[in-house]
This record gives sequence, structure tokens and C-alpha cells, in this order.
Amino acid sequence: MSRALTKKRDFHQITRGWNVLFNIFAAIFSFLCVFPFVFVLIISFTDEKSLATNGYRVIPEKWSFEAYEYIFQTGDTLLRSYGVTILVTVVGTLVSLLMIALYAYAVSRKSFAYRRFFSLFAVFTMLFNGGMIPTYIVVTQLLHLKDNVWALILPLAMNAFYIMILRTFYITGIPDAIIESGKIDGAGEFKIFIRLVLPLSLPGLATIGLFSTLGYWNDWFNALLYIDDPNKVPLQSMLMRIESSMQFIQQNSANSAVSLEALASMPQDTARMAMVVLATLPIIFAYPFFQRYFVQGLTVGSVKE
Amino acid sequence: MAGSFFRRFNRNKVLLLMVLPGAVWFLCFSYLPLVGTIAAFKEYRFSRHGFWYSLVHSKNVGWDNFKFLFNTDAAFTITRNTLLYNIAFIFLGLVFSVGLAILLSELVNKKLAKLYQTSMFLPYFLSWVIVGYFAFSFLSMDRGLLNHILGYFGVDSMQWYSDPTYWPYILIFVYLWKSIGYSSVVYLASILGIDRSLYEAAMIDGASKLQQVRNITLPLLKPIIIIMTLLAVGKIFYADFGLFYNVPRDSGTLYSVTNVIDTYVYRGLKTTGEIGMSTAAGLYQSVVGFVLVMVSNYVVRRIDKDSALF
Repeated sequence: MSRALTKKRDFHQITRGWNVLFNIFAAIFSFLCVFPFVFVLIISFTDEKSLATNGYRVIPEKWSFEAYEYIFQTGDTLLRSYGVTILVTVVGTLVSLLMIALYAYAVSRKSFAYRRFFSLFAVFTMLFNGGMIPTYIVVTQLLHLKDNVWALILPLAMNAFYIMILRTFYITGIPDAIIESGKIDGAGEFKIFIRLVLPLSLPGLATIGLFSTLGYWNDWFNALLYIDDPNKVPLQSMLMRIESSMQFIQQNSANSAVSLEALASMPQDTARMAMVVLATLPIIFAYPFFQRYFVQGLTVGSVKE
Repeated sequence: MAGSFFRRFNRNKVLLLMVLPGAVWFLCFSYLPLVGTIAAFKEYRFSRHGFWYSLVHSKNVGWDNFKFLFNTDAAFTITRNTLLYNIAFIFLGLVFSVGLAILLSELVNKKLAKLYQTSMFLPYFLSWVIVGYFAFSFLSMDRGLLNHILGYFGVDSMQWYSDPTYWPYILIFVYLWKSIGYSSVVYLASILGIDRSLYEAAMIDGASKLQQVRNITLPLLKPIIIIMTLLAVGKIFYADFGLFYNVPRDSGTLYSVTNVIDTYVYRGLKTTGEIGMSTAAGLYQSVVGFVLVMVSNYVVRRIDKDSALF
């Protein structure tokens, strides 16, 4: 048998030529998606002076660890922002999941007399938004959360859309029989929820939890609106404040060497980019592992059954 | 009658307790702000005495805020910007997402396709602050890569952050860069769900790949395309604040092409102090947005009941 005959090709496939072309397109776009981060990474390892003469180059004239050394010495601002972000993300996700899961469960129970009311109560918020300014007024003047870490946690805690998704999940995925058996055993609603329903709904909770985590980690808007205290500035917000000048770092660093140092001799640009790199690394490392859940979340959300 | 109310309340006590945290949250963060929209009809003053006092004691000015707002050039600009950008986003986003999905589904090497997909996902996970920095590394006047490359062609360095001319293209490009990797997943999932035997039948009839795509894939994708588009149209009056605030770095000279309703409202609150007009703009956005969501949801419901929001 000649080679040509034994080489079987799935007759569904596109021709070689198109395959190469498609691969090229896909590869170019994939490259474009990844390149900016790599570029910023390279800039952070560039010597500050060669930046002044050459600008941002893909292949720097001179490499340097200056930026990272500087951050290592003066890192308290970065560490504090990381701390705030981690705290807000962890507490926020837990609080959010708890509130959403409880609400969705109650609203999924046919025996709940006020079920329709609370469903509508949640859904209506998806339709009509009070707007940025009224919300700001409520948060600052009624709840008095200005400059409070809870202003970073609470505004993102509830989401009517997630409630509806989870409710559907409970209704279709948790057979009445299970809940009935719990009731026969004399368990109250809370016990049924914690012992029987929660374990069964872990995949759904994981998906919502991951979306929630991403939302908290990347949030800069609430800090922009409500936080002035430099000790409560989360990561993304800190990056915003050093965009034009490293003054924010200088003024708020506990490290006296930093405050005394002239602004000019700091490796400004490279240190800034190094901060961006360090703030983004956790996401870069984590997201490939959690891709699956985000894909699930999107397809479930768009095909609500 | 009252007796049965209390009895019902008692029976549902535990479940009511479960909805309590969420309900209180909705009250504070969704419904009270609705009450706060009255501020659009007042000359709002932040009083030391708190929310209710400020709301009640600020002077009533009726429709004045709205009159002032719609007399400005800004009202037209921000509405135009919001709508045009969203239309471009919806249309181009759709074309590129579906195209990308079809492309990915046809690649021979599936492992490679997975690798591409993972890379294309990255932009979705980055915040607009980070993306703003990325854009800056290209667009910075004295150090950016773009001006450097232009230099090779003998073109003078451009002041990207001062000149509004190219920003519509820049913003659309950045938006697509950040979103199509992720949104193509929806269409990819649908494509993978199509019965293979349809394609086999077409091949036996001698149809080319292009014909197959045109006559099988696209028609079968039509429902979900319509739904996704309608849902997006429902939100057409809302812009992505992060994109329009962070990527142009809040540069004033670019406002004519980068200011959208959301950024206008924000600037009214934090920068210019024109709370009256900004709150009016916010209410204007909420009302029009509400009508659009209701209409688009109604249409979606007629097409496919399960896909509607409610």
C-alpha cells in the first residue's frame, strides 16, 4: 500500500490550505492577546535611563532589576494594597455566596408563601437602576461607609442575575424527594439547606464564586468613589493613583528612605510597570485552571432553562 | 384576617430569615437609591444631617436640571457617543465572535485550538486599569511603541492622548480585543452542539465548506445570535465605565469622543460638582434604559421564552 492511500483524512475536515490560514489568524490573535502583558513585563526589566532615551522597546538596550529592587525595598504600599484586595476578595466572596445562596434557596422553595414577592423584588433591580449618584448618596450619607472597607465589599455582594440562575438550578437540580426526606427526618429549613442542598449545589456555587472573586479582585470603581484613606486602597485603585506620578507611593510609604528620596532618582516608569506585573501575576497563574467554570457560567447564563 | 397573616408569617419564619440579608441589601443598594433619584428634581445639597434631611430639605427645582442638561452640547455628545459606540460594539463584536467561533471549531489540531482559546481568554480577566496601562505602553507620546514604529516610517510622533481623531478606532479595537475571546465561547458551545450528520448530508450533496457554513451553521446559530444581540440592545444606553474612563486616562481634550453618559455622571459628581445635571443625566439613562430592557426582553420572550430575563 502506498503512503498516500494509508493516510486517511477525516472527510469532515477543512483542507490543508484553509487550516493553515485559520491557524495563522488564530495564532496572530492569540499573540495579540498575550503580547501586551509580555511587553509590560519586558519594560519592567528595562533600565530606567535607557527608557528615557529609547522609550518602551520590545528588546531593551539595557536590562535591569532596578525596578524590582526598588519595590522590594519600599514595598509596603504594594503589600498593603495586596492585603486590602485579598481581604476584600475573600470576605466579599464568602458574604456574597452566603447571601445569594440563602436567598435563592428560599425563593426556590414552593412552600415559601412570599416566594413570588421576593423573586420580583430581586428581578426588578435588574431592570431599573437608581444610578451612580443616588447610590453614592445612599452609601455615603445613609450608610456612612465613606472610607470604610465595607464600601468595597457590600456594593458587589448581591446580584439578582446569579440569584435567578441559582434558583433555577435548585428547582431543576434538587428533587423534592430529597427535601421531603429531610423534613421527614425532622430537619428544619436551615439544616436541610446546609446538609442536603449545599453539597449538591457546589458546582453552581463554584461558578458564581469564581465570578464573584474576579469581580472583587479587579474592582477599582468602588475605591474610586468611596476610599480616600491611603491605608484602605486596594490593588487596582493603587495602580490608578500612580499612573501619572509615583507621588502616592512616596507620600504614603512608612519607609523613610522612600520619602526622603528625590522623585527624580526613583526608577519611576519601570517601577510602575513592575507594580502592574506584580498585580497581574496571580490572575495570569490562576485563570487557566478556572477557565472551565467561566465558560460554564457564560453558557449557562445565556441559555437559561 | 390579621390572624391568618401572622400564622402565615410564622410558618414561613425560617425562609424569611434566609431572604432577610439579601432583601436588606436590595433595599439599601437598589431601592433606596431609587428614592434618591428625586435628587434629579432638586438642587441637592449634602447636609451634615444625613440622607433623608438632605433629600427633603434641598430646594425643589422641578425640571430645571433637565432643562439645563439638554441645553448643553454635552447632552447630545454623551448620548451620541454612548449609542454609537454600543452599536459598533454589538455589531462588530457579533461578527468577530461568531467568526472566531467558527474558525476555532474548524481547526484540525484540537490541542492547538485549546491553546489558542486559553490565550484569547486572558484579556477578559484583566481589569480596565491594567488594560489602560497596556494601551499607554503603545500610545505614550514620548515612549510608546506606536510612535516608535511610526518613526521608522518617517511619520512624526502623534500626541495620542490629546488628539481625539483616532480614539473611536482605538476604543473599538481595545473593546474587541478584550471581549471577543470570551464571547466567542457562547457561539462555540452552540456550534459544537450541532448535529454532525447535517454536515455529512451536505457533504454528500457536494456542498463546499463555505456553503455548509452559510446554510447549516449560521441558520442554526441565528436564535442565539438574536438573543445575545437583543439582550445587548437592552443595555445600549449603558456604557462600560471602565473602558471609557481608564483607557483615555481621563484626558479632557478627548471628551468629545470619549465622554459617555456614565463618565459624564461620574465627572459631575466628583470633578465639576454639577450634581443636579448629572443626576438628571443618570435618571434619563435609567428611564430610557428601563424602557429598552423591557422592550428587548419582550421581543426575546416572543422568540424563545426560556431565554428571556424574566
